[in-house]
Amino acid sequence: MADRKIFSGGEFLITDAAPDDVFTPEDFTDEHKMIYETARDFVTKEVEPNIDKLEEKDHDLTLDILAKAGELGLLGTDVPEEYGGLGLDKVSTTVVTEAIAPAGSFAVVHGAHTGIGSLPIVYFGTEEQKKKYLPKLASGEWCGAYCLTESGAGSDALNAKTKAVLSDDGKYYILNGEKMFITNAGWASSFIVYAKVDGEKFTGFIVEKDFPGVSTGAEEKKMGVHGSSTRPVILEDAKVPVENVLFEIGKGHKIAFNILNIGRWKLGAGAVGGCKICVTNSVKYANGRTQFKVPISSFGMIKTKLADMAIRTYMSDSMMYRLAGMFDDKLGTLDDEDKKSGAENAKAIEEYAAECSITKVYGSEILDYCVDEYVQILGGYGFCSEYPAERYYRDSRINKIWEGTNEINRMLVPGTMMRRAMQGRLNLFPAAKAIAGELMSYSPLSVQLPDTPLALQEHIVKMSKKIALMVAGVSAQKFQQDLAKEQEVMAKIADIVIEIFAMESGLLRTLKMISKEGEEKAKYQIAAVKVYVDENIPKIETWAKQILAYVEEGDMLRTQLAGVKKLARYQPIDTVSLKRAVADRVIELESYPF
Amino acid sequence: MDIIICVKRIPMTQEVDLEIDDSGKDIKKDALAYVVNDWDNYAIEESVILKEKLGGTVTVITVGDEDDEDVLRRALAMGADKAIRIEPGELELDGFLISNILAQVIKGLEYDLVLTGVQADDDNFGMVGIMLAEKLGLAHSAVVTGFEAEGSEATINVELEGGLDEVSKIKLPALLSIQTGINEPRYVSIMGIRKAGKKELNVVKVEDIGLSDEELVRQTIIEEYFLPPETEGAEMIEGDPSNVAEAILRILKEKGVSV
Ligand SMILES: Cc1cc2nc3c(=O)[nH]c(=O)nc-3n(C[C@H](O)[C@H](O)[C@H](O)COP(=O)(O)OP(=O)(O)OC[C@H]3O[C@@H](n4cnc5c(N)ncnc54)[C@H](O)[C@@H]3O)c2cc1C
Ligand SMILES: Cc1cc2nc3c(=O)[nH]c(=O)nc-3n(C[C@H](O)[C@H](O)[C@H](O)COP(=O)(O)OP(=O)(O)OC[C@H]3O[C@@H](n4cnc5c(N)ncnc54)[C@H](O)[C@@H]3O)c2cc1C
Repeated sequence: MADRKIFSGGEFLITDAAPDDVFTPEDFTDEHKMIYETARDFVTKEVEPNIDKLEEKDHDLTLDILAKAGELGLLGTDVPEEYGGLGLDKVSTTVVTEAIAPAGSFAVVHGAHTGIGSLPIVYFGTEEQKKKYLPKLASGEWCGAYCLTESGAGSDALNAKTKAVLSDDGKYYILNGEKMFITNAGWASSFIVYAKVDGEKFTGFIVEKDFPGVSTGAEEKKMGVHGSSTRPVILEDAKVPVENVLFEIGKGHKIAFNILNIGRWKLGAGAVGGCKICVTNSVKYANGRTQFKVPISSFGMIKTKLADMAIRTYMSDSMMYRLAGMFDDKLGTLDDEDKKSGAENAKAIEEYAAECSITKVYGSEILDYCVDEYVQILGGYGFCSEYPAERYYRDSRINKIWEGTNEINRMLVPGTMMRRAMQGRLNLFPAAKAIAGELMSYSPLSVQLPDTPLALQEHIVKMSKKIALMVAGVSAQKFQQDLAKEQEVMAKIADIVIEIFAMESGLLRTLKMISKEGEEKAKYQIAAVKVYVDENIPKIETWAKQILAYVEEGDMLRTQLAGVKKLARYQPIDTVSLKRAVADRVIELESYPF
Repeated sequence: MDIIICVKRIPMTQEVDLEIDDSGKDIKKDALAYVVNDWDNYAIEESVILKEKLGGTVTVITVGDEDDEDVLRRALAMGADKAIRIEPGELELDGFLISNILAQVIKGLEYDLVLTGVQADDDNFGMVGIMLAEKLGLAHSAVVTGFEAEGSEATINVELEGGLDEVSKIKLPALLSIQTGINEPRYVSIMGIRKAGKKELNVVKVEDIGLSDEELVRQTIIEEYFLPPETEGAEMIEGDPSNVAEAILRILKEKGVSV
């Protein structure tokens, strides 16, 4: 990790990273690879044979398997060694999260436990809180849960009604309220609960299941992830010792939002694991299924599906590990003192809030795409629960809803970047201004591209960034402080930025691979990047023009549209052949090929 | 008790349609995943159990290239203490030569027990353990399903044909070829993986172990690989399940099975 340039949050949009600046799955150490194998082995032997029982929410079995995961270290990657964990890098956590994904509902139990259920204490707990709770959480003796949502406070999480009042003797906070949709509620021993002290100061608390006044309501009947427990958590005069206040009174939002940031990118990592299984399961079926006297994998339309699934998964994968590497670099700048400080941790995590939202939206939507095609490739069998495709299809859907809905996260992508720009932490506006000037003299016809394998794609990614900056600049100028109210514009800017991060992450990973292993070894990756850029530059152009058509009018509009047209100038390449090549590779390997 | 285990990394060939490569003398391996030979995994577990019970050290050895270090690191993560990889360079290997090389290296080490798997899942020769015992001048037993050490001796269980279990005593040091099922191999924990990173993994070149050129020659040469030709005689029974069942019954009866 030593020589990577550390990017500030959102900076990728204005500064081009070099291939060596990004972490890629090809950079895994032997240790990372072994950790992956351990997690996979665990899922294959402990979870998969028990899927049916787990889907029925077998309480004891779930906790048994969680404890086994603890024995293997699968719960402790983020917990420092002195508190019974392993204190590994974020890449290791990402590897575990990805590898556990095929565990279905158990992956939800695991994810909520290790993520939102444990990390608030890791990053914001006092020494005593860490000593008391983390060893139990890292070993799986206790299961953790996280209680932010209420019936009236979902996306608007700070609107919580749960109240905390100091007891007369000053020893307890008395909590009253009801949390909703709490993952692991049915079997958790500790809950991170947010409540408003005196009805106004939003604050985090560590609440134990056995504290007086704590109970859970009935299980929700859900579309998917049936093996995860989702219940209300009811606090009726719940007595929480004052030493269980997490971080500072009135600073609960710092915990809540930063933990969600990590949760978002972990969700993305889990989604990548799911996508890879979809590709592998789909091609296995397609190779084995004969219709019209041939395997259905020989049909062009099925090949297109296999290729698209694999290519999009490659972009998602590249993005997740790139972000994991960014976090490792950033958190690596903290010294031991800083690491114990909730405020310092929050600052480091908050840095990549926009990137976290990007990975959450992208990861969940690519997974949704993959599960849909997985069902489709199985035809009627995909619709029946005898095959896992049906469960995958249902289980995927929640990912667009929790950890901040994809609407909320889309708002956060440009929202966070604009805020950072206002604070002077991201040079968005000068960069946008510069482009307006450049545009006058820019002519796509005079562009000379070097004769390297992905020169055109590198160029298009650069141009896409200019388009993004241009429309973001124009929109910000027009609506100023009210831009956030223009959600349709915000969402389209988000979509442009998300696709740029995806294209660029896949591109940089592939360039890095070419430079290390040569063009031949990277030929399918090269094909993937070519296809992906080909399909996304027209989308980016359209979104940009739609934004402009709303924001500008008259001559100004015509000039701006012409500008976008120049920047997005691109002649389509033959992606049919490229996709066939990628699909043939998937078919040959009978698995996700990258 | 100081134990040496010999392990091999092999391609996973189950559930794959194997294809013969252009040379006609091997299978296409580039798309295959590699794992530790299953039998060896049990041998590793057995050695770690013995170490935990009796103390001593476990040294794991493979003859192979850098990629094969995977299985050594895996064994270290399960609890072995030291690993040795013998780099064969361009040498063409067979069971005879591998056992020659292993014997030469193991001769220079301290041990009370040498373990191998019964066979390797790639070509199923089952030769290395037996030949290695001969070359080291050790007592040998194959298909071992139980081991209990008592001083300079051990009681071992051996699986015989027809499900018989033979119990016998063997003098130590000895070489045992371990059968699957003797124990339940542990998972490789992340804690183990972390520790493995700090353990010794030595690489020695085959030309440096003191064998002459004549001793480094294999004794078997593969001439050709082929898939068994499709033969006649299979009858595909078509129709709905009750017709199929009836047809099977009829055939069984015709062939003399009493049903
Ligand atoms: C199975 C499951 C497990 C869960 N686990 C947990 C958990 O462990 N802990 C926890 O605290 N919570 C948990 N949740 C809650 C989850 O985080 C919320 O459901 C989510 O935040 C959305 O809130 P809501 O359901 O109230 O929807 P709402 O906020 O009512 O949203 C409804 C719709 O309106 C949209 N919307 C809302 N506000 C805006 C806006 N400003 N702009 C544009 N669109 C908007 C949303 O995007 C959505 O499409 C879980 C939920 C489920 C279903
Ligand atoms: C709930 C349910 C109810 C049903 N009800 C009835 C019913 O009442 N009566 C009845 O007769 N059937 C019924 N069916 C069957 C249904 O019509 C079939 O499932 C459907 O025709 C697809 O066939 P299949 O499942 O064998 O998939 P397959 O034909 O195996 O298709 C698998 C995949 O391969 C693709 N594929 C296949 N051939 C080609 C090709 N030449 N080119 C490109 N792609 C190809 C398919 O589009 C699909 O994506 C039902 C199925 C379900 C799930």
